[in-house]
Amino acid sequence: MLRYVFRRLLTAIPTLFVIVTMAFFLIRVAPGGPFNQERGLSPEIKANLEAQFGLSDPLWLQYVHYLGNLLRGNFGPSYNMPDFTVTELFAKGLPISVQLGASALLLALLIGSMLGTVAALNQNKLGDYTVIALATAGSTIPTFVIAPVIQLLFGLTWKLLPIGGWGDGAFINKVGPVLTLALPQIAIVARLMRGSMIESLRSHHIRTARALGLSDWSVVVKHALRGAILPIVSFTGPAAAALLTGSVIVETIFSIPGVGRYFVDAALNRDYTLVMGTVVVIALFTIVFNLIVDVMYAVVDPRVRYD
Amino acid sequence: MLKNMLKATVFATTMALTAGTFYTPAFAETVYNRGSAAEAETVDPHKTSTVYEADIIRDLFQGLVMHDQKTNLIPGAAESWTVSDDGTVYTFKLRKDGLWSDGSPVTADDFVYSFHRLEDPATAAEYASMLYPVKNAEEVNTKKGKPEDMGVKAIDANTLEVTLKAPTPYFLEMLTHQATYPVNKASIEKLGADWIKAGNLVSNGAYTLAEWIPNDHMKLVKNPKFWDAASVKMDVVNYIPTEDRSSAMKRFEAGELDSYGDLPTEQLADLKAKFGDQVRVGPYLGTYYYAIKTDKAPWDNPELRNAISMAIDRDFLAEKVWQNSMLPGYSMVPPGIEGYTPAMAKYADMPQIDREDEAKKILEKLGYTPEHPLKMEIRYNTSENHKNTAVAIQEQLKPLGVEVTLLNTDTKTHYSFLEQKGNYDVARAAWIADYKDPETFLGITRKASGNNYSNYVSPAYEAAMDKAAAAGGKPEERMKDLTEAERILVDDVGNIPLLYYSFHDIVSSKLHGFDDNVMDIHPSRFVSKD
Repeated sequence: MLRYVFRRLLTAIPTLFVIVTMAFFLIRVAPGGPFNQERGLSPEIKANLEAQFGLSDPLWLQYVHYLGNLLRGNFGPSYNMPDFTVTELFAKGLPISVQLGASALLLALLIGSMLGTVAALNQNKLGDYTVIALATAGSTIPTFVIAPVIQLLFGLTWKLLPIGGWGDGAFINKVGPVLTLALPQIAIVARLMRGSMIESLRSHHIRTARALGLSDWSVVVKHALRGAILPIVSFTGPAAAALLTGSVIVETIFSIPGVGRYFVDAALNRDYTLVMGTVVVIALFTIVFNLIVDVMYAVVDPRVRYD
Repeated sequence: MLKNMLKATVFATTMALTAGTFYTPAFAETVYNRGSAAEAETVDPHKTSTVYEADIIRDLFQGLVMHDQKTNLIPGAAESWTVSDDGTVYTFKLRKDGLWSDGSPVTADDFVYSFHRLEDPATAAEYASMLYPVKNAEEVNTKKGKPEDMGVKAIDANTLEVTLKAPTPYFLEMLTHQATYPVNKASIEKLGADWIKAGNLVSNGAYTLAEWIPNDHMKLVKNPKFWDAASVKMDVVNYIPTEDRSSAMKRFEAGELDSYGDLPTEQLADLKAKFGDQVRVGPYLGTYYYAIKTDKAPWDNPELRNAISMAIDRDFLAEKVWQNSMLPGYSMVPPGIEGYTPAMAKYADMPQIDREDEAKKILEKLGYTPEHPLKMEIRYNTSENHKNTAVAIQEQLKPLGVEVTLLNTDTKTHYSFLEQKGNYDVARAAWIADYKDPETFLGITRKASGNNYSNYVSPAYEAAMDKAAAAGGKPEERMKDLTEAERILVDDVGNIPLLYYSFHDIVSSKLHGFDDNVMDIHPSRFVSKD
């Protein structure tokens, strides 16, 4: 198992290299640069800026410099926010996005799998239909609708939550964003869980377990759940990578200082170094979580072995 | 094992949710929560580039001269100044009680250092041009001169002498711009790039920078060393960027924000009904215009340009598209600059219907009818209101035999295309005053300007602008000359002014000292709260 993990981590290096290279050149293909704006700059002032940020070098040389810096863990300065390096921006924002994303994911796994199980056990009965209806609603209403509704109801009407802001990480400031992030995920998890649980309940070993006279609880929780949870595990990998790296919509609406918005803002601002930083972070999260998922397979399902 | 996983999940969820659940205890200090539509890019005066950090830098630093809450020019770090008879030598007397937030005195040397730093090519200041009127400043910035030859000299610790290239009547107005503010040499030399960090930053204004969490808030606290600290009412000013304008309105309603600039104009009528005179709308020094390619057929014909410009119903744009958050515009320089009368397009007072008839006649004469339409492409940077504006113009021009197509790109693509003098017909652009003088608007259409997106080249206009510059010593004559220059530009339709900007702020009735003005600037040091 350890050898497998080590091997997977080794293959991540060329993967990252390819991603970094592609991202580096792709963002440069986009027209315009970090210093194009409504108020045009004189060519001399623009030249000063480009020299300052090393943008006047030939592109291949910039690439070599970038790779060199990256290997030393230096993501460079942000063009758009020169008071910060990209590393500093991520150091401030990433923990916040991770905290919200992790809360939402765990909430979704917990509630989603419970709902899914309830639905499966009551297949084609009221409980099932309720869950399905909720899940359909949850996955079709977009976050940019859910978020303002939460703000309006919980913030303005009932005055239970603040409208926005991080509030130095106060609990009530997280409720709105976490709920908004979690709701669609709950819906997905519930639907996945329902399907796989129904299938699991029909399998031979469950029939055997029932025949042996085990209690319902024991059958569902000890035996059926174990098989049913596999699709959830594989869903969790990419979902975690996406949730933990922040959401531009949720962060913008709730004024959350996470890193999700950098992905969009940086690209629109042609903040090349910040774009690259975001790409690297998301790539790393995706690689690591996919690896965790594969390892979890082996933990949950005794049939899976990595040698 | 699954049960354990379940337990662990519950535990982890609770932990993640409650992490960092601490409330800051209520202070007896006065706090002003100030919303803005975008995050500041920097607090370094010499690296500034947007209006969003302008207010912040004005709170942190003091230039030689400043604006008060009504944009009157008031003494800043300098308590008085004299100007030589020929208008080229300014001698500033710095106030003796001027201190940096670390307690050291603000000296003339600080300004010499700062002016050099702004022009140093290595600083890469976007607003280096704010000091280009200073002798040899532009040369230093473009690597053609040495800093020691720049026209800025410390006579003694409290006397600063600034020599200009030529008389520049708006030089003092330029000095109110944040790019000309001083920075603390000692801390830059000691801390290097870290000098700008919250907690390190040494500043000479009413506030110091206590904390900056990008995209969350920037906390400014009152600077006890500020020479006029006694009159500063708010102990803490939190700048709170709230990009989502609808959320901002809810935050204002909930009391999380005391003021917010740039409210969602599409909701203006509703907001006015709901918040009454807390919604503030008024003229702002900015012009929304279309650049039109004057060096490309058929747009090189001023008559054709005039017909297009004349036919556009600006009242409709202002009322229907912009909900009166913009005003119909007929000149490049918006009204509101003291002593200046903008040169309006001749048809400004003509009824729209007559204008359309007139435009139709010109177009027919040039051979364009609905059957043989003139093709015109409008390019704009992606935004709902820019789109609506372009669509409205498309509809307005259609019956006259102008077939308009629309093309939108993101802001960076749009402006890089314009900058590279791409092949376009008409393109959306705007200009917001850097300082209170017509020069800031008229300069951008001059031959050499990087913002001359119309590629407008007119010897008559250049001559008129040069004449105005030569009249630098005589302000009244100069203003008349500038109006004459603008008359040439407007009659020639060097570009098509469409709308004047307005400020649209929402300000709690508890706030005082947040006064309406054409620059929409509101120094926190004059603000108080009930």
